[in-house]
Amino acid sequence: MADTTSPSAANRPEGAERLSEARRDAMRGEPPYSEAPPEDTRLVRALKEGGITAALVAALTLFFFAFRTDIAVGGLSLTASPVVWIIAIAIAFAGRFLLTYFVFAGDTAVVGGWKKVAAGTGRMPIGKILGVLLLFIALTLPILLPQFLPSQNRYLLNLGITILTYVMLGWGLNIVVGLAGLLDLGYVAFYAVGAYSFALLATNFELGFWVCLPMAGLFAAMWGVILGFPVLRLRGDYLAIVTLAFGEIIRIVLLNWYEFTGGPDGILGIPEPSFFGLEFNRRDGSFSDFFGIEYSPIQKFIYLYYIILALALLTNFVTMRLRKLPVGRAWEALREDEIACRSLGINTTNVKLTAFATGAMFGGFAGSFFATKQQFISPESFTFIESAIILAIVVLGGLGSQLGVVIASVAMIGGIELLRKLTVLQAVFGNDFDPTQYRMLIFGLAMVLIMVWKPRGLVSTRSPSAVYKEKKTIGADMVAQGEGH
Amino acid sequence: MEYFLQQLINGVTLGSIYGLIAIGYTMVYGIIGMINFAHGEIFMIGSFIALTVFLILAAIGITFLPIVLLLMVIVAMLCTAAWGWTIERIAYRPLRGSFRLAPLITAIGMSIFLQNFVQVTQGARVKPLPPQIQGGITLMDSPSGIVVQISWMQIIIIAMTIILMVGFSLLISKTSLGRQQRACEQDRKMASLLGVNVDRTISLTFVMGASLAAVAGMMYLLYYGVIDFYIGFIAGVKAFTAAVLGGIGSLPGAMLGGLAIGLIETFWSGYFSVEYKDVAAFSILAIVLIFMPSGLLGRPEVEKV
Repeated sequence: MADTTSPSAANRPEGAERLSEARRDAMRGEPPYSEAPPEDTRLVRALKEGGITAALVAALTLFFFAFRTDIAVGGLSLTASPVVWIIAIAIAFAGRFLLTYFVFAGDTAVVGGWKKVAAGTGRMPIGKILGVLLLFIALTLPILLPQFLPSQNRYLLNLGITILTYVMLGWGLNIVVGLAGLLDLGYVAFYAVGAYSFALLATNFELGFWVCLPMAGLFAAMWGVILGFPVLRLRGDYLAIVTLAFGEIIRIVLLNWYEFTGGPDGILGIPEPSFFGLEFNRRDGSFSDFFGIEYSPIQKFIYLYYIILALALLTNFVTMRLRKLPVGRAWEALREDEIACRSLGINTTNVKLTAFATGAMFGGFAGSFFATKQQFISPESFTFIESAIILAIVVLGGLGSQLGVVIASVAMIGGIELLRKLTVLQAVFGNDFDPTQYRMLIFGLAMVLIMVWKPRGLVSTRSPSAVYKEKKTIGADMVAQGEGH
Repeated sequence: MEYFLQQLINGVTLGSIYGLIAIGYTMVYGIIGMINFAHGEIFMIGSFIALTVFLILAAIGITFLPIVLLLMVIVAMLCTAAWGWTIERIAYRPLRGSFRLAPLITAIGMSIFLQNFVQVTQGARVKPLPPQIQGGITLMDSPSGIVVQISWMQIIIIAMTIILMVGFSLLISKTSLGRQQRACEQDRKMASLLGVNVDRTISLTFVMGASLAAVAGMMYLLYYGVIDFYIGFIAGVKAFTAAVLGGIGSLPGAMLGGLAIGLIETFWSGYFSVEYKDVAAFSILAIVLIFMPSGLLGRPEVEKV
């Protein structure tokens, strides 16, 4: 790429032309045209960059790698371990040096290369095939697992349940953030409302999971309206911070209202779901007894797996259908342009409230599933970090993209879980190295890197719900991001 | 009355700390219009650096308090500023001009990363520091037995906040850097056409915000005497609340909002219940935003079609 604006060797004045330029500058009273200082050679530049980076890393990590404070007898003790610090500096220097010397060596700027707009058309089949494939894998996972990985069966099934819970939460939040364009940082509040409504109903009135599930959803939807109503006038980041505040308020109330919620002790003994009245245990009249098969604890996990899969698919189905209904189209219209919406006679209040309520309802379903799966809940499970993870899944996958949520959930939740299995690292860093304590650290870093790499999410195309003549996918850049523009 | 006065003093002290953090939020929001979610973590990092510097100085035998405090402030400000610069460079600059949610997500990611970075390198347990500056001035000694006292530490915090506030207000209003910042705040494209180095100005904004947060972190450490890797989140949310309350983008507003949040929190825990003090602060935020979306001193936003 030829860059004509910067003074490269090609358009720098030469010979007589240069002399006349100098004379003209002198007549205008300007300082004479001077040659740019000679550019550093590649090696010098790389050394310089490496040195700057190393100095920066030294300053950043001095108080974290080189020194460590610990509680000791009579106050705090300080241990110095300069080796780690020096290694970090050396890695930073070497990394930057090699990058500058080999990768950034050319004259072309590295920045600016990634403003590509996705062409879009003709990419739909890949998404569709992937979607069908993922659905097939999800449906047959409990059957496939014992065939291929019998030793990891229960662990992987549990992981599948966790991932599907996040997929469902992501799809629920996608309605609010992706379709209606309302940035909600307190989504975990509805998750908590769902979990606590089921837990309290079940422990106080001895109701079962299937009776409580719709009630939990209704309660959560009601809270969606209650919390949604005051924030209707807010836009963009203000909306985000107020929803965050509401999420925290709900958590603090759950934590301190000891008589009602059990406070930090949480609620114990939440019943498990039954299969049309059949329970999963060894006793007579249980699931295995009724069907005359041998009891195995894995049956309960398979059942839970299919419940959350069904709930998640329900969320997806409802969302896809709602997008074709007037209310769903109003959500998307609201995201694209609120003023135009109002001018065309759409009641934005109702549209926003329905989005909040629908999203909250699915959060509530997921919450009561979480409660029945864990059989124990406490406010610990509903901190802001959960909201952040769910929002991250939605945004990293690609706002408004249902497939993106799945990919991001598998990548983020499953990828992080893989770390537990990396015992190989212990061979490198010694036996006291515990990869699990780096989980969230890597999670945070991955969020930053994926977002920098693909700001519009991993799935870069969207399919509009309203079409004229033929169905096409468009680049994600064409879709507005909702309030605050 | 005495109780009220004592709570007032405590509230103003707490409010000063919130105000200092809030300035970082308000400056960043003013200039690039994003919530720098990692700012609370910057504050936390500042307090950890201050703690380590204190222990290093104690280990090499420097115990003369003014020197110790001075070195703590300088080192914490410099190193925390480096963190602020690096975060902006890595997580926000590549996304400038991208869509609005992208920097918010990287900010949350950075915040998670920093929390866990400190947890991994410094351990998850709380770090207690015995009070270094003791004593104070007794203002009132009533017969009922309630003593109204302002401690030296509180005086230092309030004085330091006032000095930094005046200094930064002058920096923004009088120097060319401040002029560039205000220009970028109004119209970034125009500012860059007129020769303002926008990237550099934004980086310096982060550096300034981070160094103020470092001071706040150090004073938090000395005042409360206990820090852990999690203090940044709640302090950050409250400081952002303060910034919004005062009117985002306005420096005196941030200070005023900080004081308001500090006072609300102190009086609420003094007269009602300690458990629900955060609920009080957050409710105030919601109420203010709903009825006065531009805050106490902010300019109302004009809706353009």
